[in-house]
Amino acid sequence: MEYSQAKLLEVRGLKKYFPITGGLFRKTVGHVKAVDGVDLFIKRGETLGLVGESGCGKSTLGRVILRLIDATAGEITYGGRNLLKLQRWQMQDLRKKMQIIFQDPYASLNPRMTVGDIIGEPMDIYNIAKGHEREEKVLELMSTVGLGTQHIRRYPHEFSGGQRQRIGIARALAVNPELIVCDEPVSALDVSVRSQVLNLMQELQRKYKLTYLFISHDLSVVKHISDRVSVMYLGKVVEISEKNELYDKPLHPYTKALLSAIPIPDPVVKRERIVLEGDVPTPINPPNGCRFNTRCQYAKPICSQEEPVLKDVGTEHFIACHLY
Amino acid sequence: METKTETNTKVKNVNRKMEGRSLWMDGWIRLKRNKLAMFGMWLVIIICLSAIFAPYITRYDPNEQFIWTEGASVKLAPPSSKYWFGTDVYGRDIYTRVIYGARISLQIGFAATTMSVIIGVVLGSLAGYYGGFVDDAISWLTNVIFAFPFLLFVLALVAYLPPSLPLLYMSIGIISWASFARVARGQVIQVKEMEYVEAATAIGGNDSRIIFKHILPNILAPIIVQATLEIGSIIMLESSLSFLGFGIQPPKPAWGYMISEGKQYFLSGQWWWSVFPGLAIMALVLGFNLFGDGLRDALDPRLKQ
Repeated sequence: MEYSQAKLLEVRGLKKYFPITGGLFRKTVGHVKAVDGVDLFIKRGETLGLVGESGCGKSTLGRVILRLIDATAGEITYGGRNLLKLQRWQMQDLRKKMQIIFQDPYASLNPRMTVGDIIGEPMDIYNIAKGHEREEKVLELMSTVGLGTQHIRRYPHEFSGGQRQRIGIARALAVNPELIVCDEPVSALDVSVRSQVLNLMQELQRKYKLTYLFISHDLSVVKHISDRVSVMYLGKVVEISEKNELYDKPLHPYTKALLSAIPIPDPVVKRERIVLEGDVPTPINPPNGCRFNTRCQYAKPICSQEEPVLKDVGTEHFIACHLY
Repeated sequence: METKTETNTKVKNVNRKMEGRSLWMDGWIRLKRNKLAMFGMWLVIIICLSAIFAPYITRYDPNEQFIWTEGASVKLAPPSSKYWFGTDVYGRDIYTRVIYGARISLQIGFAATTMSVIIGVVLGSLAGYYGGFVDDAISWLTNVIFAFPFLLFVLALVAYLPPSLPLLYMSIGIISWASFARVARGQVIQVKEMEYVEAATAIGGNDSRIIFKHILPNILAPIIVQATLEIGSIIMLESSLSFLGFGIQPPKPAWGYMISEGKQYFLSGQWWWSVFPGLAIMALVLGFNLFGDGLRDALDPRLKQ
């Protein structure tokens, strides 16, 4: 990565609690603590992978960062400004720089709009181009993402999953963003199509100098595309590190268990599978202290009393665990 | 190395943009295959055209009383080659009156339904989009309207206020919006959770754009189906009102009123005065219902290819 090592986006103490209502008058009886105090940062030009099981809060985190969902607490700093303190119109303006690619290629495109309109809509909103010029730009984007330009007047249901995802990517690129949050962009695609789309995303990153937050539960995909990887569990980040270091020398017990579950396509290789006991606790009432202590094989008394803080153990390898 | 002709052909082919097939077009194609629905559609179209071109397909004036010119022989005369549906007790040609009566039923049907749709969709969408207290209040109101005795309300209004066409369709419109509100609310709740609506926010869209460009077009289909089926009910309601004498005032040829006028002669064998308007009502309502059913099947998203 030859780009500047400056932080493009930084998140501190980010929380998102969803209220649970009950009773006749919709009283709040509890909260789903989807994101419960997350610190991380993304460097300009890099791809930060964000992994974790379903329900750990990674998708919520991605949406909160873009303010598609409003945070309950915390700070999101982008280009020196705290996003959570911005007015609606200021945020509107900033959205040009931060886009998102969705997981579901079927639900993320308006079925009543043509592809040309879908990709061109951001240009309309920000008055980037009109009429003929707009069509030129849309055609250019379509061919950049590998879609046949003759399809510009077609509707989403006339395309395959992989093509629709390309449409979504083109739409995200329409306003020249700096940061793109990729929420499981290839999880819903056929395995054979995945690598094409991933390669496209890497190519686009090089071409447009993009920064990605790549959210996924698929560890092998994340390994392929990320520079650094962060691991989430039950609303908190437990480990962040440079990709190879994480995959070769995971420190956090949860990360070790996760990585041991990755299938290795070689029948001869013996692997030590770490099987976690029990189920993931409920995010409504997470365990005291370290969230993982109820399933951790190395748990000590302090783990159920005090929450470990995310700290750097040397080479920009962050970990939140009382073992370190 | 490509020859010049090869490159030109390639550019020409790429420039030839293919028209897409929208979901509406898909629905229309499916609808055309439904024979019953098409029959209903043509039935409605024929009746509408008859109403519009009434002067061209009838020979007489709907209020012309032939007993003054032709004498007693045309008083309650049975259907004949001169008076296709027979005459009533005043010597008026029933066929002509039935054709002109279509204008009344159709006008009220379309006007009242349009009003209901507008009120219902606006209220239902607000309830679905904002939720919370707004939703509670509007849903409560919707349920009250559902439980309301339509006929009594309209009777009360029409009995005390001077009768007129606008009064009739407005009063019907005011009490018929509940089904549209319910449909709209359900649809909005469903659609606003869709990722493409989230995407619209992500690319910088404001509320107005989201509502008009993303939500509304995607809730239209069930509303259109509901409207088509409601028109039938509304026409029945208008007919009932006319039958009771509270609708359009005579001598205007309202179908319901004609049935009422003719009922005393029905049992003594002079059936044509009541029966023909009755058949007309049946045909129109049947047409709308068949078409509406077919429309519902054709636009069902689960049947997308």
